[in-house]
Amino acid sequence: MESKLGLDFKKVEYARGLAKNIADDVQAFCEQYTTVAVERTLARLMGIDGVDESDVPLPNVVVDAIKDKGVLGEGILFFIANTMIQTGLNPQQIAEKVAKGELDITKVVTRDQKQIAATLQPVIDESLTRIRTRRARREHYLETIGEGPKPYLYIIVATGNIYEDVVQAQAGARQGADIIAVIRTTGQSLLDYVPYGATTEGFGGTFATQENFRIMRKALDEVGEEVGRYIRLCNYCSGLCMPEIAIMGAFEGLDVMLNDALYGILFRDINMQRTLIDQYMSRIINGFAGVIINTGEDNYLTTADAVEAAHTVLASDLINEQLAKIAGLPEEQMGLGHAFEMDPMLENGFLMELAQAQMTREIFPNAPLKYMPPTKFMTGNIFRGHIQDALFNIIGIWTHQGLQLLGMPTEAIHTPFMSDRYLSIENARYIFNNMKDIGEEMEFKEGGICRQRAHLVLDNTIKLLEELVKEGLFTALEKGIFGDVKRPKNGGKGLAGVTLKSENYLNPFVELMKGKK
Amino acid sequence: MSEGLYSMEAKDYDKTLDLTKIKPYGDTMNDGKMQLSFTLPVPCGAEAIEAAKLLLKKMGLENPSVVYYRELTPGFTFVNCYGSCTHTVDYSTIYVPKVESTTMDMYETDKYIKENIGRKIVIVGASTGTDAHTVGIDAIMNMKGYAGHYGLERYEMIEAYNLGSQVPNEEFIAKGIELHADALLVSQTVTQKDVHIHNMTNFIELMEAEGLRDKMICCCGGARITHELAKELGFDAGFGMNTYADDVASFVVQEMVKRGMK
Repeated sequence: MESKLGLDFKKVEYARGLAKNIADDVQAFCEQYTTVAVERTLARLMGIDGVDESDVPLPNVVVDAIKDKGVLGEGILFFIANTMIQTGLNPQQIAEKVAKGELDITKVVTRDQKQIAATLQPVIDESLTRIRTRRARREHYLETIGEGPKPYLYIIVATGNIYEDVVQAQAGARQGADIIAVIRTTGQSLLDYVPYGATTEGFGGTFATQENFRIMRKALDEVGEEVGRYIRLCNYCSGLCMPEIAIMGAFEGLDVMLNDALYGILFRDINMQRTLIDQYMSRIINGFAGVIINTGEDNYLTTADAVEAAHTVLASDLINEQLAKIAGLPEEQMGLGHAFEMDPMLENGFLMELAQAQMTREIFPNAPLKYMPPTKFMTGNIFRGHIQDALFNIIGIWTHQGLQLLGMPTEAIHTPFMSDRYLSIENARYIFNNMKDIGEEMEFKEGGICRQRAHLVLDNTIKLLEELVKEGLFTALEKGIFGDVKRPKNGGKGLAGVTLKSENYLNPFVELMKGKK
Repeated sequence: MSEGLYSMEAKDYDKTLDLTKIKPYGDTMNDGKMQLSFTLPVPCGAEAIEAAKLLLKKMGLENPSVVYYRELTPGFTFVNCYGSCTHTVDYSTIYVPKVESTTMDMYETDKYIKENIGRKIVIVGASTGTDAHTVGIDAIMNMKGYAGHYGLERYEMIEAYNLGSQVPNEEFIAKGIELHADALLVSQTVTQKDVHIHNMTNFIELMEAEGLRDKMICCCGGARITHELAKELGFDAGFGMNTYADDVASFVVQEMVKRGMK
């Protein structure tokens, strides 16, 4: 491919190589550890679900049982398998007995590996079939009713009540939305468990629960058939339950998941070791389930300056790409993030945004890039806000973004009204149609503002990556390189849930799912 | 439906401005023109338009006109409307409580601290409770600041600590004590179902219970915060839209001097 911006692809490859070094370094660390969230995910893959008398999810009950005995490092599968052999119970029955205090799964006679593998096999097969069936269902829809053109129109619903969300989501789909994201209630990312059942109370969003996923999936399938377009469902694999949310999404047919390797560390103060270990497992699952992941680089620009920090976005995209590759996630599922967040009063700001979006497109040609709208400089002036969103949409169609997260004129005021979404979708559809082939018609002037801007950002990215290779990602995060946020390696939430794997540890799902369908 | 580009309405009302009886202005004094847009939970059609007009009349708007309508999804109709307001308000007797301090820029504030307090002051801020948004507190505290107004971290005479988001009130206050804070800044962005009111009330209650309320200056801020609301909840000041680090810093230092905090 020839670069419209005159980018030197040798430099890009060099940058990619640097990012790979950084990612490999992180992976070497992650492989030695497991976390409570990873183990709960494995419990769910064993078919364990439901809650105990005090509403504690059973995956938490069984994992806490081994953690309390100090044997988390052996992994939950080891204990479940041995208990299955010894008692003849299935995993769900085992979890229920543990919840009632009738069974201590850590007191088991250890059987040989062959017997363990044979016992787990049917349960593993059942879970994998469940996920494959979901994936096939999506693919069948895409082949029959089809999908909207890219950029996909991505909107959010956030009423707090899943049933009200359904009304908003279906309305959005009828107006033209291709992806519905159900924003999570504020604070869910810091819960070390996933709530259970349908929920109708939330602040600034709705709880991510498996039942809520199911309700929304059903609603979107209904409206998708009505409008003759598959409607994708998006949720959030971030926080302290990354891989658990991933597996629930895989079971219930989610299509898109926010799943950034660094976001939780920087913006939710989650311990960096915890997040990096959790992201690996969650991305293996998302890859296997055919889920597009979204990364959260846009967030850097809400804290740091969008002009000065543009290279941190590209550097992070490159690292996220390499970490995703390690987890076997295909490029076609990498919704790498970037954003339109420059001060609107900046002279030629549009040209810089355009250059960066084009640059990101060229550097990740196969990725369904996730382009985020203006938020930081949105004000109560909804009329200007609507124009800011229009400029953002122009760049979206011009540079062939994959997922266009639609900006709302009322961004700075409230969670969107039904009419706000309508106006935003109308804005995007108008521009996407009216300017459809502008990217093919226009070229960037040699030596002009756009080309120079892209070259500068790439050069600065390389400098930053070189620095990161020297220091390692953990140290870089401690120094506040991304988003101006500093995080200590042993600080933040969730470190207590991280442990070294012991000799009996097993997680066959990594091999079974990684890089596979 | 629309009356065309040129309004043919009679303009036989008094066109002089009377501050005891003001009403909205379109293009002629006292024309009372207002624009509204909203959604009605009914199907699109003549009845929906009539419903919108009736609603405008009930709101005191004369000559209501629905200039655009569209069914957003079956059973929900969006309208854009205009009308002339019949109500007036007396502007001359309005009193609104405001933050009573003179806004100084960063250099003036640093100088003011040196001259009047004589030591570095400590300001601790956070987005507290379940609120995950750091945009507000970052705009006030980060070195870079916002819209050309330097943040508190850049002030020579201010030691600023930004604790980030989702900081529980107890932890926030404990940190304030540990750092010997002169002022605490509470940032609240999410206001759905009044979650910010509950959280800020809880903060003030804790401060009072700890006997700290008079020892530290308590400010809150956010797009939906007003000074009036802040005072009502027991804060010293509230900073809403279009206020910046300089406003906050100026208030804190002048209030410290006023209270004799050294």
